[in-house]
Amino acid sequence: MENENEFSLQFEIKGSNFGNAGRVSTEIKEILQEIGINPSIIRRAAIATYEAEMNIVMYANRGTLSLNVTPEELLIRLDDEGPGIKDIDMAMQEGFSTATDEMREMGFGAGMGLPNIKKNADKFTISSIFGKGTSLEIVFNLDQAEQK
Amino acid sequence: MNQYFHSIRIDTEKCDGRMKCMRICPTEAIRVRKGKAMIIEEKCIDCGECINVCPHNAIIPLTDPFGELAKFRHTVAIPSPALYAQFGREILPDKILDGIKKLGFDDAFDLAFTCGEVSFAVQEYLREYNGPKPLISIACPTIVRLIQVRYPNLIDQIIPIEIPRELASREIKKKKSNQLGLKEKEIGTFYLTPCPAKMISIRQPAEKGRSHLDGAISISDIYGPLLSAMEGTEKRSYRKALENICILGIGWAMAGGICRTLRLKNSLAVSGLSEVIKVFNDIERGKLRNIDFIEAYSCPQGCVGGSLAVENLYVSYNKILKLIETLEYEKIKACPDIREVRQLYSQKYFFMEGKLEPRPLKPLDKDLGKAIKKRKEKETLYNTLPKWDCGICGSPTCLAFAEDIVTGEAKLDDCIFNVPQRLQELSQELMVLLDKSSFFHLIRSNRKKETKKES
Repeated sequence: MENENEFSLQFEIKGSNFGNAGRVSTEIKEILQEIGINPSIIRRAAIATYEAEMNIVMYANRGTLSLNVTPEELLIRLDDEGPGIKDIDMAMQEGFSTATDEMREMGFGAGMGLPNIKKNADKFTISSIFGKGTSLEIVFNLDQAEQK
Repeated sequence: MNQYFHSIRIDTEKCDGRMKCMRICPTEAIRVRKGKAMIIEEKCIDCGECINVCPHNAIIPLTDPFGELAKFRHTVAIPSPALYAQFGREILPDKILDGIKKLGFDDAFDLAFTCGEVSFAVQEYLREYNGPKPLISIACPTIVRLIQVRYPNLIDQIIPIEIPRELASREIKKKKSNQLGLKEKEIGTFYLTPCPAKMISIRQPAEKGRSHLDGAISISDIYGPLLSAMEGTEKRSYRKALENICILGIGWAMAGGICRTLRLKNSLAVSGLSEVIKVFNDIERGKLRNIDFIEAYSCPQGCVGGSLAVENLYVSYNKILKLIETLEYEKIKACPDIREVRQLYSQKYFFMEGKLEPRPLKPLDKDLGKAIKKRKEKETLYNTLPKWDCGICGSPTCLAFAEDIVTGEAKLDDCIFNVPQRLQELSQELMVLLDKSSFFHLIRSNRKKETKKES
């Protein structure tokens, strides 16, 4: 069960909804600011969340983002219903992308998404079933001494 | 707590709690308590949006009255280039500066030239810089405060070059005190401002240093007197007046002016607070890394759209734009010498004296565990609210109201949608109370007897 020092919130993300893309990561950033998480962690979390949110918008049909904060760690979990990733090792390489020309026109699809999430996270796990969907777990350690 | 000085004040006599200001405030810094608007000081970034929407003019920009001039032995007016946009096409800066001198100032200084120097300095900074991009212009004090409060992560991307009016005032005081044999403090420098935000940047500079200016006078206060003062000024040739205008400098009056006159390739000009917020969100997400420079203004179309400007902002924007086009066409370059600017730049002449520090909002609690707990309470409360953001409680949104309850600033009873439920609860309590009273039972049994008799 969730204890009293633990805050969780779920967000729905729709595929192909470019008009609203980025809303969830902005909301999460605001929550982290209210809680008073260290700004440098917020910066990393904002970038990672945005990349992950955009992956769902660009490739999946729908997905959920679950935010979970305790005084020890910040966990962001994303589960989507989408095409899945055939070769995860390949997808984790910088520069690899399956983005369409339209996505590239919009400035996405540089093949930096997943590597960028990993680079910004303290812990990152990815699992995927090809043809079904992808799940990400992005973790940030919250050092209480740094609380301002 | 008066930790922050603000350039706006609410006149509680005039305020009748209409909430227009509360609804428009982009940082949710206004609450209406007991029928009167109040400003949460740490959240306010002095954008002035509330001044424009108040139907009773109850929100007053704090600028200096003309009487302040008497405190100094020599006074110099430093008009914002936005002042040049307030009058018809034929009225050029020369005439305006002459007019100002007839209003009681000993001298009037053309800030456009200093703006031009700073434009070159910005160009130098852009060339040397290799940190995270894009860099952001320091020109608008509201934008600087927005970054300090809402985007503390972007603070190192603000170009740390001093604003032209401060540099100008520093130079004027140095020069004039030598020329006139006066002490620097006997010389008063006054900025003629298109917005109240410039006032705070004088009273309380964002970098916690000291301003070189002595005050700011609203363009709207000076407009009428200036118009009549200009009538008597001697006529000069239009062409000659044109040749005195620094094209780089007048661009500072409008959004996009710096980018255009410097011919920067990878740059953006954004204006209007809600648009700026969208762009800053994108920067924070790591987008826009390929952009070198962003010119951002809180007011639509830049300083010409300031709340203390008089002329319609599209008309004044257009005047500056046409002026730039004319100067470009005529190839008039009354600008500072770039070699001189480079030399001054290498001597650190242009850099800010203090350092900009972030000013992030206080978290819900200093203790992380408690802050998380409070955030959870806020979410639980929020889910019980109607989510209509009607504002009748005095908080701008249901989410802000939930936070105000958690921080003890508001009570759940302030929500009008709770009234029917509270009434129901009260009536139930009343029934329980009545049930206990023997008197009530007596009445009820009597009434039953009567209905039986009737049937």
